[in-house]
Amino acid sequence: MQISLQTYRPIILKFQSLIALLLLCITIGVLSDKFFTVANGWNVLRQISVNICISVGMTLVVLTAGIDLSVGSVLALSGAIAAGLLRNGIELPANNLYIGFTVFGAIVAGILTGSLLGWFNGWAITRFKLPPFVATLAMLTIARGLTMLWTEGFPITGLGDSFTFLGTGWFLGIPLPVWISGGIVLVTVLLMDQTRFGRYVYAIGGSESAARLSGVNINRIKIGVYTLAGALAAVGGLLVTSRLDSAQPNAGTSYELDSIAAVVIGGTSLSGGRGSILGTVQGAVIIGVLNNGLVLLNVSPFWQQVVKGIVILLAVIIDKSSAKGE
Amino acid sequence: MLRAENITKRFSGVTALDAVCLEFQAGKVTAVIGENGAGKSTLMKILSGVYPDYEGQIWYKGNPVRFASPRDAQDCGIAIIHQELNLIPYLTITENIFLGRELTTRWGTLDKKAMRLRTGQLLDRLNLSISPDTLVSELKVGQQQVVEIAKALLIDSEVIIMDEPTSAISESEVEVLFRIIADLKKAQKAIVYISHKLDELFKMADRFVVLRDGKSIESGEMQGMTHDNIIRKMVGRAVHTIRRQAGFLSPKPLLSVENLCLKHPERTQENQLRNISFTVGRGEIVGIFGLMGAGRTELLETLFGLHSKRTSGKIRLDEQERYFKSPGDAIAAGLALVPEDRKKDGLVLGLDVRTNISLTNLKSIERNGLLSRAKESSLANRYITDLTIKTSSERQTARNLSGGNQQKIVLSKWLATHPKLLMLDEPTRGIDVNAKNEIYKLILQLADEGMGILVVSSELPEILAISDRILVMSEGNLTTELPANASEDEILKAAIPQTI
Repeated sequence: MQISLQTYRPIILKFQSLIALLLLCITIGVLSDKFFTVANGWNVLRQISVNICISVGMTLVVLTAGIDLSVGSVLALSGAIAAGLLRNGIELPANNLYIGFTVFGAIVAGILTGSLLGWFNGWAITRFKLPPFVATLAMLTIARGLTMLWTEGFPITGLGDSFTFLGTGWFLGIPLPVWISGGIVLVTVLLMDQTRFGRYVYAIGGSESAARLSGVNINRIKIGVYTLAGALAAVGGLLVTSRLDSAQPNAGTSYELDSIAAVVIGGTSLSGGRGSILGTVQGAVIIGVLNNGLVLLNVSPFWQQVVKGIVILLAVIIDKSSAKGE
Repeated sequence: MLRAENITKRFSGVTALDAVCLEFQAGKVTAVIGENGAGKSTLMKILSGVYPDYEGQIWYKGNPVRFASPRDAQDCGIAIIHQELNLIPYLTITENIFLGRELTTRWGTLDKKAMRLRTGQLLDRLNLSISPDTLVSELKVGQQQVVEIAKALLIDSEVIIMDEPTSAISESEVEVLFRIIADLKKAQKAIVYISHKLDELFKMADRFVVLRDGKSIESGEMQGMTHDNIIRKMVGRAVHTIRRQAGFLSPKPLLSVENLCLKHPERTQENQLRNISFTVGRGEIVGIFGLMGAGRTELLETLFGLHSKRTSGKIRLDEQERYFKSPGDAIAAGLALVPEDRKKDGLVLGLDVRTNISLTNLKSIERNGLLSRAKESSLANRYITDLTIKTSSERQTARNLSGGNQQKIVLSKWLATHPKLLMLDEPTRGIDVNAKNEIYKLILQLADEGMGILVVSSELPEILAISDRILVMSEGNLTTELPANASEDEILKAAIPQTI
């Protein structure tokens, strides 16, 4: 037994989070007969697709050794702007002007909102050399406050079938949110793996000074990363709003924590330079399955939080000790 | 007071100190003299307990001692004042002086009154009329130094080691420091004084010890010694490296620099570089020598566009005036910089060899906007072969390679940009002899192919071995320009700061 474990050690290390996920699924499946059903499977995937959107952006930010605490608020504001424009359009009584928004127009406006907030994060961080923690913490509050102002504290509902299709519809037997988050994953994997931008993100996280001396425009890349994180949070906001047929003023509260958890469980180093999108996807799936399993097993919500915390701790400890073993 | 016998210290195969013997006497100032890399700081770190692992014996007041930690050495009475001061800026003078040795009342709380009183006494003794409650961040560097000395006096240190104490302070502060040292001498302390500024040593020191290449060469009374005397003892090695034959130089310079100035990042009235002017020709190797803090690295960084907001003066490349706002601009114009700290600035250690080599040159391996693995591999493998980089594969993480091979990766990534002017900052620091020679050969070959080369080094033999022309810097000035056959004495004389 000892010998065989040693032989397979590299393989175990490489696929440790996949193995953990498999074990988790088997355990929950044994304890609950509702887990391994097709309906539940799609349910889990649909639930995690929002977190995947956000976490993909978060991964890029963390790879540059930064952090984005504002994603939850950015998600809420982007969703609320899209919903508000769709429902009410823009009315300027003074000029006797009314601009109505199509579903497509509202979606574009939502994503632009997220991008703009993200760009602002990046600009503040690079222009004033602010720690990302501080700049995005400020944005967390600002964007939440703007959401409250925009919605006046009430949910914006009744958005119409063609908008809610985004979060609830199916295409070729697969829920639309899964298509969307899957597409985002595919494109960012390509971006990180096959383009200059991706390479520079890894280089900046590994050694900012070496990247600068190699002629990399650090500020431009960083601003790009935060803008992308904001845009992806906005996509998450559109999915949430569309699924609920309602933009809640307090949507996305503490989503940044689930997304940081997914990034960390996925093996991305918080000090930057090391990690991957696919790792984060695994992390998000682990959290999603865990949430789903704990609900199916009727574990009290209070205990659910404790268990989730312990899983995060374990994941990072295992990752640290295996990194040392290399 | 303190005597070291046959101290030997090795760092993974490299001998930093080789059977060093020396002695420091009470009531005397002993100057420790030597070039960069002669072993001064290693020796001081052993004496102050930073390196507990060495061969040989240290005697203190006639007893054999072996310090396990800096704290251990301090408790015995040996204090060191480092070039970079070790004070905590947002604590007061009192809090800093008593850090780790706080006085407490019988209730276990801090006895602030007693500590404040004692600090006041120490500051009085050192003639620093400042409240003990002042934050250290509000003090000038010279005053901070006095606080460090007060810290040493608090624990009744008998031996006080000062490493380049005057390198960062003004002339009037130097005078204050010298008065304090004279007082300490009277109090029968043994002072160990490390400095490059020979004038200071003649003024202050009673005795000297010369270190060269990790060996103690000579010690004795300062009286009767002359500048030239001491420099000869510092250098004194047989020059066995083959000097380069100066090749053909085209009359038009590749790079010409006129009145280049660099403002200090904080003290904006001061300049880190003062009116530097020089040229580098095509195929010429220009060596820049200077001691620590002479401004060598800043010069290369400024040329590379790293400090564009603080720079003034003219830079011409191929007779065209250029202004580089960022390293990106400089690279595009044909400049390359191999930085001094290759682990931090030269490489991204966590990435593999291939990725490091292609980092400066990703545009050339793109196909339809996407990076081509095949092109990247062939680029990396070309340099792995050309420069004989010893690595298990192009996918090996840079961190796992030896210093020499890491440096070859840095050279590769710059050669891949086909630069016109290659700037190298301490290109062979911490590299074994074989790799060193390979790198020298490569530099000479590149020059023969017409590249202009600017090498900064603090190792005289290196400068002499490969330069066609030698520029000497001291305290931000270009002090002289010497031909390749200059003597080591001449170079060192121009490098030693004249101000005191």
